[in-house]
Amino acid sequence: MRVLVIAEHNETTLRSATLNTIQAGLELAPQVTVFAAGQKIGPVVDVLSKIGGVERVLKAEAPELFHQLAEPVTQALETVASQFTHILAPATTFGKNLLPRLAAKMNVMQISDLTKIISADTFERPIYAGNAIETVQSLDPLKILTIRPTAFVPVQSTQQPAVNESLSLPPLSSPVQHISLESSSSERPELTSARVVVSGGRGLQTKENFRLIEELADCLKAAIGASRAAVDAGFVPNDYQVGQTGKVVAPQLYVAIGISGAIQHLAGIKDSKIIIAINKDPEAPIFQVADFGIVGDLFEIVPQLIKALKEQE
Amino acid sequence: MKIIVGIKRVIDYTVKIRIKADASGVETNNVKMSINPFDEIAVEEAIRLKEKHPEAEVIVVSIGPTSVQETIRHALALGADRGIHVDTPAAPLPLTVAKVLKAVVDNETPHILLLGKQAIDDDCNQVAQMASALLNWPQATFVSHISLEGQTCRAIREVDGGLETLSFPLPAVISTDLRLNTPRYATLPNIMKSKQKPLQVLTLSDLGIEESPHFKVLKVSEPPARKAGAKITVEELVPYIKKVQAEG
Repeated sequence: MRVLVIAEHNETTLRSATLNTIQAGLELAPQVTVFAAGQKIGPVVDVLSKIGGVERVLKAEAPELFHQLAEPVTQALETVASQFTHILAPATTFGKNLLPRLAAKMNVMQISDLTKIISADTFERPIYAGNAIETVQSLDPLKILTIRPTAFVPVQSTQQPAVNESLSLPPLSSPVQHISLESSSSERPELTSARVVVSGGRGLQTKENFRLIEELADCLKAAIGASRAAVDAGFVPNDYQVGQTGKVVAPQLYVAIGISGAIQHLAGIKDSKIIIAINKDPEAPIFQVADFGIVGDLFEIVPQLIKALKEQE
Repeated sequence: MKIIVGIKRVIDYTVKIRIKADASGVETNNVKMSINPFDEIAVEEAIRLKEKHPEAEVIVVSIGPTSVQETIRHALALGADRGIHVDTPAAPLPLTVAKVLKAVVDNETPHILLLGKQAIDDDCNQVAQMASALLNWPQATFVSHISLEGQTCRAIREVDGGLETLSFPLPAVISTDLRLNTPRYATLPNIMKSKQKPLQVLTLSDLGIEESPHFKVLKVSEPPARKAGAKITVEELVPYIKKVQAEG
């Protein structure tokens, strides 16, 4: 088994999903090779080489690899892909954008968003937004896999630096020009990777009342989500939507406030570790999946909760 | 300008799916089927581009059994000009879909191949990236805004924690995210008209494609069920929240 893990980084820091992906790689083989691409990525390569289980780091450096667009990074990966039996990337927007492109170039059927490795060729992955689990066996000689980061613990161990190797690259061409990257202005954690998510639904009644959700999220250092009903009602923008067609989340704690729990919303939250629901309707479907439920008026309960949390700080 | 939109027929997003007793898959008989929501956004965007560029033609392509023609008719009722149905016994794997789309693109030579970012049944999120690799075209995935200036496209992508803006020449492959637009409803007169619009039926062999086995689905099972928990008070809840925070 020769396993390659593609590192996700922003030229200076490694994205933590890489550590979860290396862990998945280490379930396939005792040691893995890591690939990193960018313009000038010395600091990232240093970090990678000290992660436990990393046998060697392949460094692809070129001006065209700045911003890590899928087209030139795939070209760089194609120079080494055939040396491996498994190529893994995190199932983040970076990995999802990149890896199917490589898979098509290698005539491989990628397996997306793995949550469990059963053997070298057999894997589990959620389908229908987690409402079913598919066990698939890859028949391709090369396995190309994206890894759901929340399904694997991050590698914690460190080691003496592994060797790193600069790849000699073919001339890279990028038809795509990167214009800008606008980071979300919010100081809150990103919704899909947050430890705590507080979501509001139609029960909030107005856009102004959504401030209550923000206030609780501030207390808990949480990301903010919303049900489709709240988005459709215009309380919050579309990118807050949690659910099958919105964002699928798997935090340690999910707090659903004034959300009745439509199927498509439940599909997006069911991998959360603990779900807390606050709703005035005791029959609301959200209570069927919630670990803890509070039945009552959210406009009384949420302020009480905020007060109680602040008092204990 | 010519735009090809790929669409998939899937179980409607409001339906609670049922897993077959023999664990071979998900029950689709007697279940409400609809256009994949991300594909509907792609159809809507193509129609909006056509409204700005009246000479444009919008072609929708769907792959699967005869029933996908219903989904094609839906897209035609929304405003697409003509449909192509590639007849296969079941929806093929993303890699095959990408090969089919490449073959259709080679025949039709569009400027844009517009696709939903992922189907809500298999959740693969692969076809657009694969098709652009096979075509050697630029790719812009998870797009929430498109603007065209001549033969150049500027697209805003939704990436983790932000928005990335790209500029690239056409032809190109674009995959849609949720925020790109809100699809319209088909009006009754347009539904009637859609029945007269051309719909071509092709087979994989017409396109010179052989389906090869790349993977086997061994089983489809229920996820671990969540149990309804206790109904508690705010005072009782606080310690649990504190515990989660302490673990961080």
